[in-house]
Amino acid sequence: MADVSLHSIAKSFGTAEILRDINLTVDDGEFVVFVGPSGCGKSTLLRIIAGLEPVSGGEIRIGGRRVNEMPPAERKIAMVFQSYALYPHMSVYKNMAFGLKFAKTNKAEVDRRVRQAAEILKLSALLDRKPRELSGGQRQRVAIGRAIVREPSVFLFDEPLSNLDAALRVNTRLEIAKLHRDLGATMIYVTHDQVEAMTLASKIVVLNHGRIEQVGAPLELYRHPRNLFVAGFIGSPRMNFIKGQVLGLDDTGATIAFAGAQAEVRTRLGALKAGDEVTIGVRPEHMAERAAETIALQGRIDAVERLGEASFVYMRLDGGEDVIVRAPGDEPAVPGERFTAYLSRETLYVFDAAGQAVIPTSRSML
Amino acid sequence: MKANVRPSRIAVHIALILYTILAIGPIVLILINAFKTRRAIFADPLGFPDARTFTTIGFDRVFSNSDFGLYFFNSFTVTIVSLGLIILIGAMAAWALTEYRFWGNTLLSLYLAIGIMVPIRLGSVSILQMMVELNLVNTLTALILVYVAQGLPLAILILGEFIQQIPKDLRDAARCDGVSEYRIFGSIILPLIRPAIATVAVFTMVPIWNDLWFPLILAPGDGKQTVTLGVQQFIGQYVTDWNAVLASLTLAIAPILVLYLLFSRYLVRGLTAGAVK
Repeated sequence: MADVSLHSIAKSFGTAEILRDINLTVDDGEFVVFVGPSGCGKSTLLRIIAGLEPVSGGEIRIGGRRVNEMPPAERKIAMVFQSYALYPHMSVYKNMAFGLKFAKTNKAEVDRRVRQAAEILKLSALLDRKPRELSGGQRQRVAIGRAIVREPSVFLFDEPLSNLDAALRVNTRLEIAKLHRDLGATMIYVTHDQVEAMTLASKIVVLNHGRIEQVGAPLELYRHPRNLFVAGFIGSPRMNFIKGQVLGLDDTGATIAFAGAQAEVRTRLGALKAGDEVTIGVRPEHMAERAAETIALQGRIDAVERLGEASFVYMRLDGGEDVIVRAPGDEPAVPGERFTAYLSRETLYVFDAAGQAVIPTSRSML
Repeated sequence: MKANVRPSRIAVHIALILYTILAIGPIVLILINAFKTRRAIFADPLGFPDARTFTTIGFDRVFSNSDFGLYFFNSFTVTIVSLGLIILIGAMAAWALTEYRFWGNTLLSLYLAIGIMVPIRLGSVSILQMMVELNLVNTLTALILVYVAQGLPLAILILGEFIQQIPKDLRDAARCDGVSEYRIFGSIILPLIRPAIATVAVFTMVPIWNDLWFPLILAPGDGKQTVTLGVQQFIGQYVTDWNAVLASLTLAIAPILVLYLLFSRYLVRGLTAGAVK
């Protein structure tokens, strides 16, 4: 069993606090993705789990054992680095066998494991090559192979796809997902790319400024972001935010005005007061729904990006806010002209002045 | 087809050729005169030996009148042992200073930097005193100790610079693989800094081989002389046996030339890698 649990992990470099009070449980066999903007502490957290970085406080447990004081090898983890970190002077075979040589594994066993890993990763023909003779994708596979042969209980990936080109990235992403299914091992994966996070994870951990913003399944984060940060980070293109104000409250909810239109949003009253500034969030894919019960927002088009299956319309609302609308591919939008976005009231998010989501109980239009 | 040669390139080549002549000239002079009779050396120093002037009397005298083999052996021992120690200790120190953060790390690096700036010969008197007290005068050990001290600061600086260029992920990957720190140093760092080691080897080897100063004051005794010191016996106050001097100098060039050729393949790579990256 190899679940990973973190209890009030803190880390600071000198006076700079990188991580504070991180509590997290990763179940056995789970694929957890740490995602966040650069500098949010996600890589540091991974290195802490790996044992490459000491913690300033808190406890790490892997498979129920406290591992704070253990060196990386004893934690039964294997790590795949963004730079691949292959030993440049060793062949592919030696790169994969190198770690095992010191783990007192007998020769036949080393050979069996290396060849098996090479088989899985389609590297069998390349075993005698040096890393510099390989392409980026092949190097990455060798790095993954080096992790597999150690038969670790936890795989750690540190932005493994960042150095690959777009097509290869999609391929390798699928391979990693397949690997997870086949091996059934616990995997922790760090990325700044929310698409990778959404596609790979069984559980996403969104980090920002050294704190966990939200933990949840990909669709859960997409549908129920807990705050402005998660709402803006998950989803592509990012969620549109429009300033609004609470007009009035009654026993059942708040009435909020935004962008010239007024929507009545029934929320748990929470901390909202009349006159409070709030932020209305709406995803680009929910802004071109020309149904009966929609709110129409007028504006002028700044730019149009045509992707074929969809067109992204960048527009400035008459209220002054810039928003992105994911319109159908054949939308006849022209920059400079006026455009109307249609918001379904079902898809509005409300965030209070502190950026926390206010959970709507029901939504209706004035 | 006429090659398109820019004037600036020609100028560079002229400068390089002039420098080459300047650098190689004295060596060629030694080589050609080592094979000429004494009369011919003075009559026509720049002439090549011909049938009339050719002689190997210098070499004969070097081998018969002195323990040249012993001098050679001494020089060789001192150079090779010093070189080995400098590279071994230097690489380990460079690794420790760049990889591990510990108290006094910066201070230690600074202290070593001073070693590069202050010539070790300034301390000759105290070094001699120290060697007398340690009973090491007239031993090769004394020379080796001094040369190791002389070579280490620069070696640590150069090797440290190279070690820093090795991606940190490599060491972390090895640590995840369960490789011990000693193994990381031996199996990953050392093979990767080979060009730097060659650079250090050439830079430290030549001054040690050529040094006259420390053999003269620390080990002038019989049986412990190095080649450079051994040559001096042919230079008298009134008479100098030029044939023997030139012959022994010619012989002294050979081993260092061989070592240089061995290392030079890496030397250029080492120099440019350090400069460009």
